[in-house]
Amino acid sequence: MSATAPRLAPLWRITPVTTSLALASRVVARNLRVYRRGWMYLLSGFVEPFLYLLSVGVGLGHLVGGLQVGGRAVTYAQFVAPGLLAAQAMNGAIFDTTYNLFYKLKYAHTYEAVLATPVGTNEVALGEIGWALARGTTYGAAFLGVMAGLGLVLSPWGVLCLPVVALVSFAFAATGMAVTSFMRSWQDVDSVALALLPLFLFSGTFYPLGVYPSAVAWLVRVTPLYQGVDVLRAFSTGTPSWSVCWHLAYLLALAGLALAITSRRLRRLLAP
Amino acid sequence: MPATPSGLAVRARALRKEFGSFAAVDGIDFDIARGEAFGFLGPNGAGKTSTMRMIACMSPRTGGELEVRGMDPATDGRAIRAGIGLVPQEDALDTELSVLDNMLVYGRYFGIPRRAVRARAEQLLEFAQLSERSDAKVDALSGGMRRRLVIARALISSPDLVILDEPTTGLDPQARHLVWERLYRLKQEGVTLVLTTHYMDEAEQLCDRLVVMDRGRIAAEGPPRQLIEQQVSREVLELRLEDADEGRALEALKGLADRIEELPDRLCCYGEDGDELLAAVIDAGVHPNGVLVRRATLEDVFLRLTGRSLAD
Repeated sequence: MSATAPRLAPLWRITPVTTSLALASRVVARNLRVYRRGWMYLLSGFVEPFLYLLSVGVGLGHLVGGLQVGGRAVTYAQFVAPGLLAAQAMNGAIFDTTYNLFYKLKYAHTYEAVLATPVGTNEVALGEIGWALARGTTYGAAFLGVMAGLGLVLSPWGVLCLPVVALVSFAFAATGMAVTSFMRSWQDVDSVALALLPLFLFSGTFYPLGVYPSAVAWLVRVTPLYQGVDVLRAFSTGTPSWSVCWHLAYLLALAGLALAITSRRLRRLLAP
Repeated sequence: MPATPSGLAVRARALRKEFGSFAAVDGIDFDIARGEAFGFLGPNGAGKTSTMRMIACMSPRTGGELEVRGMDPATDGRAIRAGIGLVPQEDALDTELSVLDNMLVYGRYFGIPRRAVRARAEQLLEFAQLSERSDAKVDALSGGMRRRLVIARALISSPDLVILDEPTTGLDPQARHLVWERLYRLKQEGVTLVLTTHYMDEAEQLCDRLVVMDRGRIAAEGPPRQLIEQQVSREVLELRLEDADEGRALEALKGLADRIEELPDRLCCYGEDGDELLAAVIDAGVHPNGVLVRRATLEDVFLRLTGRSLAD
């Protein structure tokens, strides 16, 4: 042992990933135990996008008529459903890593005791993100089932929607956690909703980018939810192109960057 | 890790913790033997909690050497934590879970198998006299019950080192005595206890040895009784006097008392025999408004070493 100042090595480098994942899964299990009693609250997450689908997709769809996606004619409901699917993956994932995480960090001091166990800050990050991802993906799977039942999935490519939903959930869960780690007050947390609403409304969810002036269209093209909307729509309508790869790479990079930031920030916040 | 582990529960040499340019722990040395109950005393901001967090491998040290359970926290944090139980200053209980679920979830963080953790949790709730409340929400518990639950939780992994940061702060006397009794039982079982406290009676009751910390450094170290003998005299005479009498009293005590402390409301005179000091004052014709002769306590040591002014 040297007398020079030692730095705590990042745990991932010195721990086999299996242990890290096993411990992260215990953090997921904790959340599962909490919501075992709050299933009504979980259920509400399923209902909201379904109502949107009925009112906007089916109701408004009667007035709108058909559209073209990748050269294929689709009904408005078929157009809007994958957009809602992406938005649901985002919403389902981000709530847990923003509001709930902020509460645990600042008020409940939940992790103060957790970090005295073999669980470290990286496992906390992985576990919380994993839980949010699982929640977003479960909602997505249910909604995808509804879509299929209503004839809104037009191709076997639609099967790929599920892993994409998981990726969208992952990217937004990680981003939410990274952003939350910088927050100081509930006002900051409330600003999340302010950021999510325009994403939900303007990411090509309800209409194609063609209606925007080209500058605005390009702006939307670099926002995160648009990536998910475009890929899911390509798969559910059976019109994938190579641009799908770019969208997926974007989401993966976003998730990776957010994870790296989260890992650093949590260590500073929780293990100074 | 050192080539040969010391066989101690904790060993620190020139241990430092800095936050920016502020040294919370400013180069301290101490040894804690296995099975020992060791106390850290000191005013707020003395560096006790920072030291505890480094021992618990929850905060990396800035410098010096630290060995805990034979390993180095800088490289073996996870393995060390597996054998440590922590009772944090703020309970940090999971308020979204019931009493029993708090125990079960916590045990799982240590990788204890599902069935084993349930048996252990029930056993510990028994030990903490909380069996009847196992389905209650944490928020519904009294302060004393919460503290007992936190101690039970800290024991879920059968640790050989338990770290307690102010274990009885805010508890009523009954709850404090129950906590002490449980901690004493742990010590009997050979568990190493490391604790911080503001209560001198608690330190005298529980600790085999202790250090008094002040501004990041260790001001004194030893068993409680020995510290009292070394740092202050055996007895204390406390006198409340009219201002006019003070001069005469001080004159009478000169040469008799080891040390006299003049406080705004009274005189504290330290000496071998308090009654003898009092007799000298009475003989000088002084009539005190109030008199107390008592044994010197750790609190006298504490105040002598860390001063009477508020730390924060």
